Amino acid sequence: MATFFEGLSSKLQETIKKLKSKGRITEKDLKEVTREIKLALLEADVNFKIVKDFINKISERALGQDVLESLTPGQQVIKIVHEELIELMGSSQSKLTFSPKPPSVYMLVGLQGAGKTTTCGKLGNLLKKQGKNPLLVACDIYRPAAIKQLQVVGNQLGIPVFSMGDKLNPVDIAKASIEHAKSKQYDTVLIDTAGRLHINEELMEELKNIKNAVKPQEILLVVDAMTGQDAVNVAESFSGKLGIDGVIMTKLDGDTRGGAALSVKAVTGKPIKFAAIGEKMNDIEPFFPERMASRILGMGDVLSLIEKAQAAYDEKKALEMEKKLRTQQFTLEDFLDQMQQMKKMGSLTDIISMIPGLSAKALKNVNVDEKQMVRMEAIIQSMTPGERSDPSILNASRRKRIAAGSGTSIQEVNKLLKDFQDLKKLLKNMSNIGKGRGGLGKFRMPF
Amino acid sequence: MSFFEKLKQGLQKTRKGITERIDQVLVSFGKIDEELFEELEEVLITSDVGVETSIKIISDLRKAVKEKKVTNPQNIREMLKYELKKILNKGENRLNISTSPSAIIVLGVNGVGKTTSIGKIASLLRKEGKKVVIAAADTFRAAAIDQLEIWANRAEVDIIKHNEGADPGAVVYDAIKAAKARNADVLICDTAGRLHTKKNLMEELKKIHRIIDRELEGADKENLLVLDATTGQNAISQAKTFSEFVNVSGIVLTKLDGTAKGGIVIAIESELGIPVKLIGVGEKMDDLQWFNPDEFIDALME
Repeated sequence: MATFFEGLSSKLQETIKKLKSKGRITEKDLKEVTREIKLALLEADVNFKIVKDFINKISERALGQDVLESLTPGQQVIKIVHEELIELMGSSQSKLTFSPKPPSVYMLVGLQGAGKTTTCGKLGNLLKKQGKNPLLVACDIYRPAAIKQLQVVGNQLGIPVFSMGDKLNPVDIAKASIEHAKSKQYDTVLIDTAGRLHINEELMEELKNIKNAVKPQEILLVVDAMTGQDAVNVAESFSGKLGIDGVIMTKLDGDTRGGAALSVKAVTGKPIKFAAIGEKMNDIEPFFPERMASRILGMGDVLSLIEKAQAAYDEKKALEMEKKLRTQQFTLEDFLDQMQQMKKMGSLTDIISMIPGLSAKALKNVNVDEKQMVRMEAIIQSMTPGERSDPSILNASRRKRIAAGSGTSIQEVNKLLKDFQDLKKLLKNMSNIGKGRGGLGKFRMPF
Repeated sequence: MSFFEKLKQGLQKTRKGITERIDQVLVSFGKIDEELFEELEEVLITSDVGVETSIKIISDLRKAVKEKKVTNPQNIREMLKYELKKILNKGENRLNISTSPSAIIVLGVNGVGKTTSIGKIASLLRKEGKKVVIAAADTFRAAAIDQLEIWANRAEVDIIKHNEGADPGAVVYDAIKAAKARNADVLICDTAGRLHTKKNLMEELKKIHRIIDRELEGADKENLLVLDATTGQNAISQAKTFSEFVNVSGIVLTKLDGTAKGGIVIAIESELGIPVKLIGVGEKMDDLQWFNPDEFIDALME
């Protein structure tokens, strides 16, 4: 995660610095900050028109607004930007819908090379894991060996593939596949269609015919996350000519900032349902709009900290925490408190990676993943208040009791204590950085 | 149909986009001022030229306008054309494959059209009288070998392949032996699509190169990076990262027949100095063409 953010936010931070210690957002402040935001969004491949509308909206909202006491004007603008970005991306995760009358049919459509065939396999795999009985249908009769590719993928996954070769009309193949699914009790059908340019009328017509013939539950547009300014045209065409119900973003495991996601969402109004994030067949996951918003802006660090500092803590508590950090009185109780706050925010590693000036290297010592968090919580909750405030009293028998009480092992208890120590060390360094820059303290870090 | 006409046809959508907007801008301004430059900058950015490169082009344009004391907005079009041509004319656009055999390694992220481009390059070279051998070294993607084989048949060239999952290095090794034995002029190696962020796969590329360097010592070598015209600013990152591992000598820009403007090649040539060598303007065998920067810009701006 850190890689997206490295370097990207430095320019913005500079701009923000200039805007410090003013009580109200002026037009001049705004112009400077919005220019940086505009460039950041454009470099992330968000469509130009959308960026323009977006910046106008931000300016309207921000101008003349009183700056919250805890923020600088620049931070305040970014806070507004982030809120609007999430608004634009959609704030909640959108799930695949199923037909009340099986089979539920899904058509995967998109440009050549977007990753339809692979995604078809991945989605089938996901459905299978959810207890569905999927059937993959090979309707791409044009690309050489496309059918073979789907068959190989299906084979790997143990999911049957319906094909009738490349001589028949795709509409007939699709129709026949539904009959086949009905007779063989498949409850979900994934139709892999031929990749096409959105301006290819003939092939778009074919898609419409397939749609009319099979009445899909959903048409899913597969979009390469690396798509540039043209994403708008692609989404507009497929959405306008064919109608789509959702989007799958592929190749998000690269280093693209993925502005296409924003463009596609803005133009079609349809939710992005899945993100494909790797080459393996289980590398697909539900799409979280909020995370994407941060990634696109490439300022996840700054804005998340602002957001989190605000949302999670009132000023007094934050001050207390800062003091604790400085004086190294951060206890396991605070750690637990933090963990519970963070559950709303993302993983600890994510949070740490958002702090400007900290590289991924610093994270290696703090090995905390999300699944572990639940166990860690259980461990701390199994401690007495005395133990939580002073872990040094944890002798072997106490550790044994805690392990039994939390349903974990002594090793895990030990690991937690070690992680906690590492974190404390890291936090100490961080508060030093904060002092050095004179900036971080202002963020009211939620630690 | 001449190349120029074909390119123009393929670029029709692109052309409309850029020129119409540039004309709109130029017509709507009675005089040349800062706002005009800003609007032109926008036009470039919407063509995926990228923020940095667009700013640079416009700043050069601004300088030229000032130096030549141009006052009529209508004169700006030619000047902008000149600036763009200047960037695209920096590198050598022809393939350097004069030794026999010489090697072309085709690289790129997933889904840009590597396999298809290889089929088309093979056909192009064969028609120029060269004997071509293809190495099916994408042993990773399902059915990639089958796909390449179909293209090899269409292009009427030889293909050397192993089974899926085989060591790509071994395929390349065998293909070199075959190319030598059959007195081939050019060996074209397919490679598995890889996101440039996957370091181990990038290492595999280096291995392929080591084999070629060892077995074809002194032979001309082209590393062609295939880019999808619809790709945005990430293409720069792709080109940069591939360049860290191998010496990328040229770009093949595919899918220019869509509405994508492919402006990203201008950014790549400007920022990284890698020239475009071939462009794909359609799905048919002969829809891959040698790139001519002047014609490209003319077609774009006509």
